[in-house]
Amino acid sequence: MKYIDEYRDEKIARALVAEIAGKATRPWVLMEICGGQTHTLMRYGIDELLPAGIEMVHGPGCPVCVTPLETIDKAIEIASRENTTLVSYGDMLRVPGSRTDLFHVSAGGGDVRVAYSPMESVKVARENPGRQVVFFAVGFETTAPANAMAVWQAKREGLRNFSMLVSHVLVPPAIRLLLSSPHNRVQGFIAPGHVCTVVGYRDYENLAHDFHVPIVVGGFEPVDLLEAISMLVSQLEKGRAEVENQYVRSVSYEGNLPAQRLLEQVFDVCDRKWRGVGAIPRSGYRLRPEFAQFDADRIFGLEQITAEEPAECISAQVLQGLKKPVECPAFATRCTPESPLGAPMVSAEGACAAYYLYRRHAVTASEEY
Amino acid sequence: MADPNAFPGFSCPMPLPSKDAVLLGHGSGGRLSNELLRSVILPAFENPVLGRLDDQAIVSVNGSRLAFTTDSFVVKPLFFPGGDIGSLAVHGTINDLAMGGAHPLFLSVAFILEEGLPMETLRLVVASLREASRRAGVDVVTGDTKVVEKGSGDGLFINTSGIGLVPEGLALSSDRARPGDRVLLSGTIGDHGITILAQREGLEFESAVESDTAPLHTLVAAMVDVTDGFRCFRDPTRGGLSSALNEIAAQSRVGIELEERAIPLHDEVRGACEMLGLDPLYVANEGKLVAVVDPKMAESVLEAMRRHPLGREARIVGTVTDTHPGLVTMRTLLGTTRIVDMLSGDQLPRIC
Repeated sequence: MKYIDEYRDEKIARALVAEIAGKATRPWVLMEICGGQTHTLMRYGIDELLPAGIEMVHGPGCPVCVTPLETIDKAIEIASRENTTLVSYGDMLRVPGSRTDLFHVSAGGGDVRVAYSPMESVKVARENPGRQVVFFAVGFETTAPANAMAVWQAKREGLRNFSMLVSHVLVPPAIRLLLSSPHNRVQGFIAPGHVCTVVGYRDYENLAHDFHVPIVVGGFEPVDLLEAISMLVSQLEKGRAEVENQYVRSVSYEGNLPAQRLLEQVFDVCDRKWRGVGAIPRSGYRLRPEFAQFDADRIFGLEQITAEEPAECISAQVLQGLKKPVECPAFATRCTPESPLGAPMVSAEGACAAYYLYRRHAVTASEEY
Repeated sequence: MADPNAFPGFSCPMPLPSKDAVLLGHGSGGRLSNELLRSVILPAFENPVLGRLDDQAIVSVNGSRLAFTTDSFVVKPLFFPGGDIGSLAVHGTINDLAMGGAHPLFLSVAFILEEGLPMETLRLVVASLREASRRAGVDVVTGDTKVVEKGSGDGLFINTSGIGLVPEGLALSSDRARPGDRVLLSGTIGDHGITILAQREGLEFESAVESDTAPLHTLVAAMVDVTDGFRCFRDPTRGGLSSALNEIAAQSRVGIELEERAIPLHDEVRGACEMLGLDPLYVANEGKLVAVVDPKMAESVLEAMRRHPLGREARIVGTVTDTHPGLVTMRTLLGTTRIVDMLSGDQLPRIC
């Protein structure tokens, strides 16, 4: 298949690995930020291929994983109400809230529907004028334009029974927090290609400059990641700290300008809590006042719902790259995708689930599964 | 493993027990279905025949070995490219018999109809069912109809049961795979699941994707004509190729290593999976089989499969190993190894 096969080619991949091994003169710790990239690393066993000195740690870029507990509780509260339909991306249904999850709400009679696009929820609202329809809008900059478009469309149509539970997060403030931490080990970043397709990579230049850290915008196929790693190692070996773009077939410097204009019309930047990380200033989107009538938080009076995250849950360390999933004593024993103890085990893009799904044979000594 | 409490500060959210209500994921054919079987169903009926957990029961009656199976069909939509709930209900049960090496003889058909279902819809389904059973050469010899109030069903559900005769000398079971055995796959994977998904989500492809629904008993007959060196057959329906192989690996207490390159896939199916973030290894099939066979016989069986219309794209896709018992692994396109885990919840409900 065109545009895929060449990025999964064994010869090209092995040549890149040789190139990386050839130029790395000392160990380097690199982080891929996006959960999609983590998933590819694990699924293709790229950690098996890399030279021993190149260590990949897995960043916080899994939207399912970083959505705070209280937001899950709010979604559960909405889905439990009479005459209300909650529309969500499928992954969110399994994420445990404080007491239950959306799968169980659905089994108990709540109307929870899975959609691939937020526009489907607008359609549901249009076709069911007697029901309140709420879209559970989580994700990074990547999914924000589609969600913004759904709200924009609902306003244009004058829909009065549509709203959105917004928990959008933004990548650069999270990287800034990681780099500011006294425990930071990461020396170079692979920036998330899909996010940069939307917003470009201007914002990453400040990070590279302020922390003297190289950043390469990377794609999601094995060859993309190996090429991005190779570019990072080149920079590190030469002492450079620049933003480079490996994912040129999708990402431009400015990004998608019409999408950015739409985002500005619909969303405001706000402080946001990240599950496992904590509150990060100016790291999220919320609906602008002009769209307040579509704010599910307000409509359903959910502002008061709060839930305290476990203070020192190991997912915090995993999401910051301080610990590997396998270093958690519950990994693959008490914590599995069937009964996740924490969010990174829930989504296939979560670091723990990716290790569990694809790599536990390589990392656990146990003979029987 | 170390004591979890020895890890200071570890206090993730507690897991949610799935024991208080049935979830859609319990119908996935994956790990949750398995759990449902083991915790609720099997303890009630404990006996050695059921305990084998094959697609069909094989029982001896007056010296004959009979295969007996039953299956319910709740697919949504009722009609889809390549088939409909009627043909699926015939093929599904025939295939469950065929996976035991049996020659299918008779079927029963039971309908659960929802008040208000258009009579024309029922007629179309019945006609398709008749045509599918005629083509397969298996008679429907008994049946039942029930009607439930509007809202208590979703148009139409079908249950079929089937009886078949197992030829002498054939001893098939999912616990018989041995290290060195080869894993054969009869053709492309994921066609049925992606067809249903595309219908439901309104996805369109450049060229048509069709369900692969088909009766596999003549393919199995052509294969067992070559040798009786088969360990087991499986049709990778719900839960896909991954679930079928994981069950064999678990029951035989062996490892299975797949070769990613060898697994045939239609471009449209691959494209849809890429787009939707699905792994074709977990997507349902309704006209494919996997067989575990003595390595000495693998090539000649493969030739026989390729001569059959339903096995033209058959491939050797893997090998049974003695490493990692109970685990299916795959050599990826990059030459690394990864796990092919059993599906935990549902990728897509009501696929068959």
